[in-house]
Amino acid sequence: MFIDFFYKLRSKGVPVSITEWMSFMEAIYKGFMGTSLNHLYYIGRAFLVKSEAYYDQFDLAFNEFFGGISTEPLDLEKVMEWLENPINKLPKLSPEELEEMKRTLEEMKEKMGLEEMLKQFRERLKEQQERHDGGAKWIGTGGRSPFGAYGYYPGGIRVGGEGWMGSAVKVAEERRFKNYRHDLILDVRQTKVALKKLRQLRREGAEEELDIDETIDKTAKEGGEIELVFAKSRKNAIRLLLLMDTGGSMAPYADLCERLFSAAVQSEHFKDLKYFFFHNCVYQDVYEDLWNAKPIPLEKVLATYHSGYKVILVGDARMGPGELFDKYGCIDYYYSNEIAGADWLKRIKNHYEYSVWLNPTPREYWRHPTVDAIGRQFPMYELTLDGLKDAIKALTSKVKRAAA
Amino acid sequence: MSKANEGYHGSADYIASKPLMEIVNVSVNLAKPLVIKGEPGTGKTLLAHSIAEALKKKLLIWNIKSTTKAKDGLYVYDTVQRLNDARFKDKDISDIRAYIKLGRLGQAFASDEQVVLLIDEVDKADIEFPNDLLNELDEMSFHITELNEEVAAKQRPIVVITSNSEKELPDAFLRRCIFYYIEFPDEQMMESIIRVHYPDIQDKVVRECIKKFYWIRQVDGLRKKPSTSELLDWIKALAMGGVNVDRISSELPFLGTLLKTEQDTEKVARVASGSSSGFRRRF
Repeated sequence: MFIDFFYKLRSKGVPVSITEWMSFMEAIYKGFMGTSLNHLYYIGRAFLVKSEAYYDQFDLAFNEFFGGISTEPLDLEKVMEWLENPINKLPKLSPEELEEMKRTLEEMKEKMGLEEMLKQFRERLKEQQERHDGGAKWIGTGGRSPFGAYGYYPGGIRVGGEGWMGSAVKVAEERRFKNYRHDLILDVRQTKVALKKLRQLRREGAEEELDIDETIDKTAKEGGEIELVFAKSRKNAIRLLLLMDTGGSMAPYADLCERLFSAAVQSEHFKDLKYFFFHNCVYQDVYEDLWNAKPIPLEKVLATYHSGYKVILVGDARMGPGELFDKYGCIDYYYSNEIAGADWLKRIKNHYEYSVWLNPTPREYWRHPTVDAIGRQFPMYELTLDGLKDAIKALTSKVKRAAA
Repeated sequence: MSKANEGYHGSADYIASKPLMEIVNVSVNLAKPLVIKGEPGTGKTLLAHSIAEALKKKLLIWNIKSTTKAKDGLYVYDTVQRLNDARFKDKDISDIRAYIKLGRLGQAFASDEQVVLLIDEVDKADIEFPNDLLNELDEMSFHITELNEEVAAKQRPIVVITSNSEKELPDAFLRRCIFYYIEFPDEQMMESIIRVHYPDIQDKVVRECIKKFYWIRQVDGLRKKPSTSELLDWIKALAMGGVNVDRISSELPFLGTLLKTEQDTEKVARVASGSSSGFRRRF
């Protein structure tokens, strides 16, 4: 039933699983869909979509799939008269009958599209002269015709019961959940949630958990004299080094970077978080402040923060090729670098086991010599929630990257 | 259809939207755990209270903390107590049962009547926590290793799980649940919520407060958006301070009740005075 809707959802990127689809089907067969598209919309959403991030995709799919129905001018008043208060309850169908019905539906689908079905529906509506319950052709309740409510017909069109039909489609059309999508830019809270995934648990700190095995062992050894043994609790051992570009071309993304920055600083679960800023490209100095007034030699950074730190570089990676590849290439005339930016980046990459580059510009604009060059050095991800998640996955993966 | 007519319809002190009611009913009838997500102050926890009250069932609350383990909800075997008792030999320690205490989930299973079990703020716990409960929630039974006994639910409890989305919940867990996201109330809904709490405050004041409140919420880049409870505090502060309506719109008094960090207060003040903020260094 509605299996096309399932594929429609998948094609929109809603990760619906078979388990979820089956429980949804169970709900339908048990008659919880009530009689309207609204039930189908809300209950379907509750069963099939497990994060508000996908509500928008669900709305889109729902609208595409069912939207056409409500725009058809059905004679609802008349239909509802028939449909109210079913005289006979749902017929108990054997699995074979269900199978047969599904087959019929498939045949029917092949024979005629949805439009054809609607046309038939309207024709039958015209033919139909009296209330009809049961049976397999007419619109009515409890029947097995593809049209009507309470029926068992898989894939059939449901005709609204409670008079809130149409509004589900309207809700879907409104796309109120657009802002919850994951592939849009992040807010601070979402970013914090994503950063929570960045962790490695190690036992350290004060010994506060009772280690039962050890306690029993020790007590037995002491001949029954109770000896309590405590173990250290598990804590996140992630150390993070954040390097952010504050260059001019980053200005349009300032807000976005600010959010990432706030989230990282507010996250309290890191063992250590250090952040530095750079301008366009990293040279021999990075800066402790946004205004590049307090330089600190990169050499010192590399020496102070050992290779266990995970490194996130944030920048658009877009600059004049000279700024990246040439000695003395820095855009600031008063600053001279004897080693090219690309070499400094290589040193960062070689020093740290895990490093990623987050790029706030959308992927489709990445084609640029310096972006490509940096992308070959560091795994590069978009600065969106999905991109951030992938980046964090890369930072915590157990498999070491092959050295470039 | 008959099923939707009985069952949950909200309770006296809780206004549930129609879709939410439907979903509560489906989850009750299909015995599937219901995961409720939403911003702070949208009434997630209250929903469970309301369901329990409306359906006249006992409510068991399992508050999740960062240190909570899945096993705590099933049962705790108090080994230390038993060891201690063994040492002083003043109690009968042969009955292991005396040292096994059922947790909230265990109590819900063991109860003779159907109960409503609220697992509150499930996202506070470790990321793996919900996965550890998968089997128990699926089968509605668990095994007590120490007794070699199976505890199976006499009546499948109605399980309501709330999440503040501090952490994401694992997919495998969500697949087995019904999910509902409570949207932040719109202005109209907010007004009726305020009316429930403060029936005596002037309409004009309430409306002005709501207007300002939603304006502050849409200010870009706030660290913590004010929620319903902060709005209620604010209105109370304004009412007690006897501030008149014009001042509310012009100078936002008692802003501290709405915004809890200095940066946010500054930001709102800045936006209110018309200049923009920035992380920008140079252009």
